Amino acid sequence: VSLTSKEVAEITRLLEDSSFDELYLELGDLKLSLKRSGAALASTDAPMQSQAPQAPPASAASGPPATGAAPTAEDPRLHSACAPLLGTFYRAPKPGALPFVEVGSQVQESTVVGIIEVMKLMNTVRAGANGTVSEILARDGALVEYGEPLLRIRRTS
Amino acid sequence: VQIRRVLIANRGEIAVRIIRTCRRLGIETVLAASEADRDALPAKLADRTLCIGPARAADSYLKVEAIVQAALGVAADAIHPGYGFLSERSALAKLCEEQGIIFIGPTAAQLEAVGDKLRARSEAEAADVPVVPGGAVDSVEAAMRIARNIGAPLLVKAVGGGGGRGMKAVERVQELPAAMELAASEAGAAFGDSRLYLERFIDHGRHVEVQVLGDGAGEVIHLGERDCSVQRRYQKLLEEAPAPALSDQLRQRLHHAAVRFAKRLNYRGAGTVEFLLDRQREAFYFLEMNARIQVEHPVTEAITGVDLVAEQIAIAEGAGLRLAQSEIRPRGCAMECRVNAEDPARDFHPSPGLVSEARWPAGPGIRVDTYIASGSQVPPFYDSLMAKIIVSAPDRGSTLAQMRQAIAATRVGGIATNLAFHAAILADAEFQAGGVDTGFVGRLLSGGAARASGGNHG
Repeated sequence: VSLTSKEVAEITRLLEDSSFDELYLELGDLKLSLKRSGAALASTDAPMQSQAPQAPPASAASGPPATGAAPTAEDPRLHSACAPLLGTFYRAPKPGALPFVEVGSQVQESTVVGIIEVMKLMNTVRAGANGTVSEILARDGALVEYGEPLLRIRRTS
Repeated sequence: VQIRRVLIANRGEIAVRIIRTCRRLGIETVLAASEADRDALPAKLADRTLCIGPARAADSYLKVEAIVQAALGVAADAIHPGYGFLSERSALAKLCEEQGIIFIGPTAAQLEAVGDKLRARSEAEAADVPVVPGGAVDSVEAAMRIARNIGAPLLVKAVGGGGGRGMKAVERVQELPAAMELAASEAGAAFGDSRLYLERFIDHGRHVEVQVLGDGAGEVIHLGERDCSVQRRYQKLLEEAPAPALSDQLRQRLHHAAVRFAKRLNYRGAGTVEFLLDRQREAFYFLEMNARIQVEHPVTEAITGVDLVAEQIAIAEGAGLRLAQSEIRPRGCAMECRVNAEDPARDFHPSPGLVSEARWPAGPGIRVDTYIASGSQVPPFYDSLMAKIIVSAPDRGSTLAQMRQAIAATRVGGIATNLAFHAAILADAEFQAGGVDTGFVGRLLSGGAARASGGNHG
């Protein structure tokens, strides 16, 4: 059994028009699972603590499909280079040196875009995508968490 | 020094517990959480949460450098390690000492002294605290000599071991050489240390431990004992204080032995000295010292009225002991049931997942330490402890009755728990009589299984 992309699009529309958040489909050894973006948030957060300040609850129930109008992070052309570990983020190889990259710099997947210091150990952060640096999010010398987005890269198509 | 900001390097119910005391004391809390715990209750309660790494403990909660870096990054004065994870790793205490961060616990040297079982054994002997007959063995000949002296059954243990690994029971002295060979290779592979020691195997032992507080300068007080004999495969399930069916004379000897041991180390902070009680001989032996706050500390808090986490913090600040021994007057009785996400029907298999409903008991004399509410997740990466239900009352009978009601009033939906098993323990005549040994849970399980399958012996 297989599905064409057109059929998948049709099923996706069915989900969007329904009042459900998730759809699992199994046909022989083919498995398809679809989830509205934002559905995970709604189902785990809502019953727990209603005072959770983020995520306005309005769109959770029956609002317009959240898929298309996703925030910047969801833009498939934008890649976020995230902190591989917690530590102090530096944009330059040493104090006073030029930063590894600036907004507008062309980068390859393996280009070093920063370093993270953990107890005097320097760990390099690589771009992880080919493209152009479009935004630098983390401040030089700041403590960054594991997984924190440090900069965004617009992929070359 | 006054601690104003604490980094909590732990998760689950103990993180919630530490935050609660810090709040009361006006101390800011920063939680170091793994990716799996970012949205859990401790993260909601802490003033700030830092993600220190992915779900796997080895990449987050066990990373000494990441945790110290996090503390430095947020300018925390101190780190509270909770229990488990890095709480007894001297590496964290040492790095804190080097970086000028207060480690809320003993010194790195004290952690090393109690972490090495042979070293702890010899410290106990030096403090005139009885140890299980036995000793270090470096050859089969020496082992046979000791074995003939103390007699079978025996236990061969690994110096670097723990949790039952590298441990072999020997029924007859002739079996000793083969058991030693096996234990040494197992220990060498598991701990990189194949040193062994030998102990008499005590069959009908009770596990009784004494809570102590030390100021780090030789002053030590005790806060009475806890009985933790209700355990399955070395995992405690239910604890109570005071230990039932114990003569006052034996009780006092236990307390004094624990204080002597901690004094010998100039112990700093809260700690527990564990003993094995030989019911037949009315004797007790030093097992080990736990150099941290323990899971079961609330039963001691319930009968003494002392907030042990607050005392840990005061000692770490250098305030010393704020209570004299004469001011510790245990009153009444307390019991704790550990509610685990595990399925007794499937050999206590872990059952993590979404908790669709959680209703905890409440009322006078009831305390629940938990990180779980309706809609919470029990992540599959860590231990299965969800909550601790602690009940206290004037005497053991009413404590037991109240605990049975508390367990019956608890509802957990969506995942399997051991609540029904707790109900079975509390309903058992031997447990109700008090003073069971560590074989109790095994007997209860095989008895129950035999009954369920129409077995031929009860």
